[in-house]
Amino acid sequence: MPAPKTKRRSSLRTLLANRTLLLMCLPAIAFFLIFSYLPMPGLYLAFIQYNYTAGIFKSPFVWWDNFRFLVMTGDLWRLTFNTIAYNVMFILLGNALQITVAIFLNELRSKWFKKVSQSLMFLPYFISFVLIGLIAYNILSYDYGLLNGFLKMIGADPVKTYSNPHLWPFIIVITYLWQSTGYGSIVYFAAVMGLDSEIVEAAEIDGANAIQRIRYIILPWLKPTFIILLLFSLGGVLRGNFGLFYNLVGANNSSLYATTDIIETYVFRSLMTNFNFSMGSAVSLYQSVFGFFVVLSANWLVKRVSPDNSLF
Amino acid sequence: MSAQRTAIKVDGSTLLVRIFGYGFIGAFALACFLPFMLVVGTSFTSESSIARHGFNFWPRVFSTFAYKIVFENPDLIIGSYWVTIGITVVGTAVGLFIVAMTGYALQRPDFHYRNRISFFIYFTTLFSGGLVPFYLLVNQYLALKDNYLAVLLPGLLSPFLIIMMKSFVRSIPHAITESAKIDGAGDFTIFLRLILPMTTPALATIGLFIAIGYWNEWYNAMLFLSPDMKYRTLQLFLYGVVTSADFIKNSSAASNVDLRDLPLESMKMATAVVATGPVILLYPLVQRFFIQGITVGAVKG
Repeated sequence: MPAPKTKRRSSLRTLLANRTLLLMCLPAIAFFLIFSYLPMPGLYLAFIQYNYTAGIFKSPFVWWDNFRFLVMTGDLWRLTFNTIAYNVMFILLGNALQITVAIFLNELRSKWFKKVSQSLMFLPYFISFVLIGLIAYNILSYDYGLLNGFLKMIGADPVKTYSNPHLWPFIIVITYLWQSTGYGSIVYFAAVMGLDSEIVEAAEIDGANAIQRIRYIILPWLKPTFIILLLFSLGGVLRGNFGLFYNLVGANNSSLYATTDIIETYVFRSLMTNFNFSMGSAVSLYQSVFGFFVVLSANWLVKRVSPDNSLF
Repeated sequence: MSAQRTAIKVDGSTLLVRIFGYGFIGAFALACFLPFMLVVGTSFTSESSIARHGFNFWPRVFSTFAYKIVFENPDLIIGSYWVTIGITVVGTAVGLFIVAMTGYALQRPDFHYRNRISFFIYFTTLFSGGLVPFYLLVNQYLALKDNYLAVLLPGLLSPFLIIMMKSFVRSIPHAITESAKIDGAGDFTIFLRLILPMTTPALATIGLFIAIGYWNEWYNAMLFLSPDMKYRTLQLFLYGVVTSADFIKNSSAASNVDLRDLPLESMKMATAVVATGPVILLYPLVQRFFIQGITVGAVKG
């Protein structure tokens, strides 16, 4: 059989011809193999009743019982709803605010003001979530917080923020916007700057005022960027922002779970607090599989809207 | 050209947009900045004043007592500083080198395995084993519990950074690589001697991403460094101070202060200032690179 032989020889030749480039990729391959691919078979934990002393392979195999439990307790629904609802708010309000900031920045004439304000808006992106949690505490704390200080000053009753679940969707979304808008607006600002200034000037000469300019030239110009960013972020709609939630809400504030528990915080708790490894893995598996289909659909959409930007 | 622009009469709606713009951007920028004032202001406020008036931007009763106690027993915070600096420097250097090397190789059009390896890397963003298996892997199978490597290694690279590097290097003409090959240079030499010096802005941006990640690292530290380990990363140290009064008492162990008199609230803020200070001071200098990086990375896709 001569055909396979030559094929093998030519593939060996390809390997040799590419060996340096292959070696250059080797550290990265090893990295992802170890830290990303090796944990994947560990999802087997989702199907067993993990027992620490027995170990993975001697723990009883329970088929879909973990998932059944998650559905029956309503946990799965709550986690899915919270994770998706927060992400949808983040994506929609985030992009809206980023576009607003970018457009207004573009309208400002004072270079000095532009520079300073951009620097200040960028500041929250550089700090850790631990500090963000502390800042939230500064504002929201019942005894000393700025918010209650203000409420007392105007004669209103102070609010117990850390035990009122209804306030948290607002707090978390506002904090997210506070942290990410300056950073995120750069993409839109760059896109606005890329707009041909002759078009804008022609419109001005034709008598278009600022509102018309924004409405009929700049916003349509930003639409493709918006759609692409939207579709990209859609892929991560089942992934939560663990650091934000964990540091804002606190590790074990169960009175707020109804509105603040997302997939990542649940998995973290099942690992570090409840030691229920199987339940944590079951939720992770659900997240990965569900998320995978969401990404595929998002990518299908990207392909339809703009074939050049699709990922695969 | 700018003279021409100002020559055009500013009509009412343009003026309105401008006023609105200054107001909106000014307010937002202020909102981004004031919380930091709140932390700094409170750190300089006496504890009794906090108890009476709450947190404030400006100290009503000025006091440096909190800082005095933080620095009275500086061993723990200095240790955390060294851990964080060490991890940041080593992690950024190693991670940046690997990201650059991989990014260059993967955009070479003549690299046979380019698509397969790209997909191998990209797939990890689509599907993952999740936290529990990752924890068991690092903790038990790699036996990195209480080892700083458990904080260092997982932060080295990410698919996002490799893709970013790829799109950066793509703007360098392939002809450079080809002509160097004709001259007899090997692939690695081409990368090291020709490509790397040409991608300084990219390296600065990606290096910053990695460095900020390490400086703010607390997640892996929380997972893998146990509380009885003496030195933690800076942010995990801060986390301990912020969330637990016991941690403050243990870590300050101020000799001549009655533990009941510890200024708990202002000490939290003082620790936050000490832990965050360097980044805040550095960021106006490095922000430019970030903007460059995001712009190029985003517009080119």
